[in-house]
Amino acid sequence: MEYVLAALVGLFMAIGIYLLLSRSVIRMLIGMTIFGNGVNLLIFTAGRVTRGIAPIVPPGLDAPAGPIANPLPQALILTAIVIGFSMFSFLLVLAFRAYQSLDADNTDNMRLAEPERAPQPPLSY
Amino acid sequence: MEAIDLPLAMIDTSIPVADWVIVLPIVLALMGAAALLMLRRSQTPPLIGALIVVVAIIACEITLLLDILAHGPVSMTMGRWLPPFGISLTADIFGATFALAAAVVTLFILLYAELDRGEADAGDGFHSLVLLLLAGVTGAFLTGDLFNLYVWFEVMLIASFGLIVQGGRPMQLDGAVKYGFLNFLATTLFLLSLGLLYGLLGTLNMADIMRVAPMAHPGAMAGVAALLLLAFGIKAAAFPLNAWLPASYHTPPAAISALFAGLLTKVGAYAMLRALVAILPASRDLLEPVLAFLAIATLLLAPLGAIAETNLRRAIGFIVIGGIGAVMVGLTLPTPTGIAGSGLYILHAILVMSALYMVAGLVEKRSGTTDTRQMGGFYAASAPLSVLFFVLVLASAGVPPFLGFWPKLLLLEAGMAAGLAGDWIGSGLVIALLVNAVLTLIAGTRLWSHIFWRSGPEGEVSEHLQQQLLPLDGRARLGLGAASVLTAGIVLAGLWPAPLLDSARSGAQDIVEPARYIAATGLAGSAP
Repeated sequence: MEYVLAALVGLFMAIGIYLLLSRSVIRMLIGMTIFGNGVNLLIFTAGRVTRGIAPIVPPGLDAPAGPIANPLPQALILTAIVIGFSMFSFLLVLAFRAYQSLDADNTDNMRLAEPERAPQPPLSY
Repeated sequence: MEAIDLPLAMIDTSIPVADWVIVLPIVLALMGAAALLMLRRSQTPPLIGALIVVVAIIACEITLLLDILAHGPVSMTMGRWLPPFGISLTADIFGATFALAAAVVTLFILLYAELDRGEADAGDGFHSLVLLLLAGVTGAFLTGDLFNLYVWFEVMLIASFGLIVQGGRPMQLDGAVKYGFLNFLATTLFLLSLGLLYGLLGTLNMADIMRVAPMAHPGAMAGVAALLLLAFGIKAAAFPLNAWLPASYHTPPAAISALFAGLLTKVGAYAMLRALVAILPASRDLLEPVLAFLAIATLLLAPLGAIAETNLRRAIGFIVIGGIGAVMVGLTLPTPTGIAGSGLYILHAILVMSALYMVAGLVEKRSGTTDTRQMGGFYAASAPLSVLFFVLVLASAGVPPFLGFWPKLLLLEAGMAAGLAGDWIGSGLVIALLVNAVLTLIAGTRLWSHIFWRSGPEGEVSEHLQQQLLPLDGRARLGLGAASVLTAGIVLAGLWPAPLLDSARSGAQDIVEPARYIAATGLAGSAP
């Protein structure tokens, strides 16, 4: 099972990085999301895939009986998903606004902050 | 794994009231941000509320810092679970000092920001976002848990997204796209390394990692450390990963540039120091050649970028990047002296880089242009600005007696010690530091002479042309006052550096010998 998940993590990250290397903002955004999901899957796999029971302490005991599944990776992934989703929605709105006001979804054409033919530095002094 | 004893795993004693100062700054900033957002339609200016909150935060952090100086690192664990399970906030001297410096800078920037704000900007949530950013930065400086650090990074990131696009000028959107994607990528890479670290060690508490990391596979740990270096390198804008900073920092109003320059890259540098030197020292040793290369390249190339730049605030962005190179020198030479130098340099950079952007914003405001070729002859028109700018240029280059000199002296001392011991990396770092100081001085004084000294804009023939400056109104005077007071503080700190040097040395001792740090979290007794 771990091998399948590891291969999936690798595939997700490869797709994510491939898309991030393109110039279109929307493709980069999709790449970011796929990369983020690869990372979430990696945390899940890193927490060990076990067939243990749910980590619930039975009544009357101080500790769960027998082997349990590790609940912490789920908590970590849940946090990461929420944060990743909020970042994704912000960047989506940003990409749309940038497309509206810069008339470009191609990062090579977004040159307002860094003008294409930057002037020479002052030569005197 | 043996069963966990429930009574032992729960904290059932109440926490002393004095210990709350470690969590109060974050709580105050978050609650203040929420309150200001709710009160944004009220008649009282939000600045007053924000100032009260920041002053309260500063008071808490001074108390915290005094406590740490007297009794060693302070820790508080959340959620009634004992440390490896409950999330710890742990502060040592470095973390508390940087958090205090960040709050002080925020105070001045809140005053300074009135410069660019008019009636139309009322109710836009600027002060809430600044407090949210401060909450994220303070949390990152005070946390004792790596996953918690990731969360604070994201709090910082979303607040800075809000600040960088506020106003929505097309140039800001352009800068925000590059800033947003690269910083989001950096935090995702950080999360990736956290996943691997958790898989290897089964814990993300910093003090706990210090204890169990030596037992893990060194090669695998080096891989994790390299990923952490990559993620924090993007955050801190170290050399090959710095392209987003000069592309975005000059696009928002000057107050926001100043806030970012003072707070954001320094958190990346601090996280690098904490993660590589304090938590994973064995992996840092394996990465030492990489760190040395990054430090030297950043030190040499960043000021060259500043020399080749015509946009004032972009040029200062490159000077900010050069400072990160100096911090990395201390990471490459993890002797107590070197780390003390790094820590003090981060403190210096928080104060000086913010002040430099504040003065640059005033220059741009008064000249009405961002292009240094269009400026000139300001000296006659505005002596205070020219003095402030010159002092800050000298401070950022590390000329005595300003604050920047002392950390560079410590770093040079560490480099000389390594170099004399026959370590070529040490000698290389010493040379790079000295060349960096000269190049930064050239870049800074070139800017100064172009803006203030020469008689008029480039290409003008008139010998005695005096640039017509836009007048200062009341708000701008407040901004000038804030920048002057901050600069005066920098000069004073440079003239009496003894307390800073002493605390930097004992802070570095805690990083090299983490016994006190681990003991503070309450993990010392338990077997790994």
